[in-house]
Amino acid sequence: MSEFKTIDARNTFCPGPLMELITYMKQAEVGDMLELLSTDSGTASDVPEWIDKVGHEMISSEKIDDVWHLKVRKLK
Amino acid sequence: MRILVVGGGCGGTILANNLARRLAGEIRSRKVRLTMLSASDKHMYQPGLLYVAFGQMMPDELYRDQQSLLEPSIEFHVDPVEAFHLDQNRVTTKSGRSHEYDVLVIATGSRIVPEEVPGLVEGSETFYSEAAAVKMFKRLREFEGGKVAIVVGVPHKCPIAPVEVTFSLHDYFKTRGIRDKVHIKYHYPIGRIHTIENVAKWAKPEFDRIGVEYETLFNVREVDVENQVVKSEEGTETEYDLLISIPPHRGMPVIERDQLGDGGWIPTDRYKLTMEGHDNVYVLGDTTNLPVSKTGSAAHFEAEVVAENISSIIKIGTPVRDYDGKVYCFIEAGHDRATYAMFNYENPPDLKAPNKSMHWFKMSYNKMYWTSVRGLL
Ligand SMILES: Cc1cc2nc3c(=O)[nH]c(=O)nc-3n(C[C@H](O)[C@H](O)[C@H](O)COP(=O)(O)OP(=O)(O)OC[C@H]3O[C@@H](n4cnc5c(N)ncnc54)[C@H](O)[C@@H]3O)c2cc1C
Repeated sequence: MSEFKTIDARNTFCPGPLMELITYMKQAEVGDMLELLSTDSGTASDVPEWIDKVGHEMISSEKIDDVWHLKVRKLK
Repeated sequence: MRILVVGGGCGGTILANNLARRLAGEIRSRKVRLTMLSASDKHMYQPGLLYVAFGQMMPDELYRDQQSLLEPSIEFHVDPVEAFHLDQNRVTTKSGRSHEYDVLVIATGSRIVPEEVPGLVEGSETFYSEAAAVKMFKRLREFEGGKVAIVVGVPHKCPIAPVEVTFSLHDYFKTRGIRDKVHIKYHYPIGRIHTIENVAKWAKPEFDRIGVEYETLFNVREVDVENQVVKSEEGTETEYDLLISIPPHRGMPVIERDQLGDGGWIPTDRYKLTMEGHDNVYVLGDTTNLPVSKTGSAAHFEAEVVAENISSIIKIGTPVRDYDGKVYCFIEAGHDRATYAMFNYENPPDLKAPNKSMHWFKMSYNKMYWTSVRGLL
């Protein structure tokens, strides 16, 4: 079974969800999978935009009970 | 009851003084013993570094003797912790001593790690240490014009610093009468120019007005020092004559070494401020892994909550308050205007237009800090 490291960035205005994801991405190994939790609606577009630009993999994005769950894999 | 505070910076000092007052009776009757271990006999007011970098403060204005800031009932040792033995409720220190505790507070702060970005140490100026801030000022004084680039490492303490240094650079070059010879370009890791949406909304038209160019989604990957080019993880690059960096940060080496938290960031309960899995260990300030700005302000508000709760646990057996994520940041919008951002976990900041009186309030706070850190404000 693959394991995701969860980053709880719900209810944060600073540093904010994407900044949190970048922090954890830097600590992760290539191939690691992370799940970002966010209550900020902007995250749903901000994260895929960054993941695409920097060259990691967007695995999935879904909203469950007002919380965005964004799953990504570190590729480099 | 032995309370041990590790770290005598902003958070640790406010916490210890607050506790010493709340538990004055218990300390006098020897029911409680309050000890602080720190790595230095000096206490630095870190926000002053920004002013040192622009020649507006001298480095010696940033320091006080740590002992002079503490309530006399606090037992203070300059003896950094070298190992945490959380399973045995004790720490060991550089001098080889062992300190046992019933309650531990970790407030060891964070450190810059520019060496993690190739070329950043040699290629950039920064203001995140005393020596670097003085060096940056000397570089600025010599600078006669050209391309200035500002880059931001992740994570970093003082999230407002990137915009503040940009406004300050504009004002500094304007005052020297060479602003028209300087091109300023700001780079930021996420898709807008500041992580706080309302700060980004306010700063963007200000940058447009003062002629600061910006590039977003720029995470600094390396600096080609020889060719004076800074490159991003996202594949873009910028040429510079003068590179100013906000370096990436980590927690203290001992936190990583003892595997208290990846990157030196300790997993912390966002409301109780206890370390995950350790109810008698509290964590404050920069070294938490909380999604909260790494600021003295957050450390201050966290310290007040922790002090109130440790003391109420001793007095009535239960904590009384949760931390609500409160942060209050001044924002210098240049050398003579400022505004502020106040927010918590639930409420975003509502930014007001910068004005001169907020700037003077910040200048006064630069002095009032010493009263604040004694827990008197
Ligand atoms: C340039 C700059 C500008 C800033 N501007 C602002 C601002 O405008 N507003 C704001 O709110 N914040 C600002 N900050 C951030 C603020 O200074 C920090 O967030 C704050 O000091 C964090 O408090 P702390 O108690 O967590 O850590 P610190 O204040 O850094 O204290 C850490 C303490 O731990 C001690 N220590 C380290 N290792 C050990 C060990 N192994 N054993 C025992 N003790 C140890 C150190 O000696 C130190 O005393 C700024 C910072 C910088 C660098």
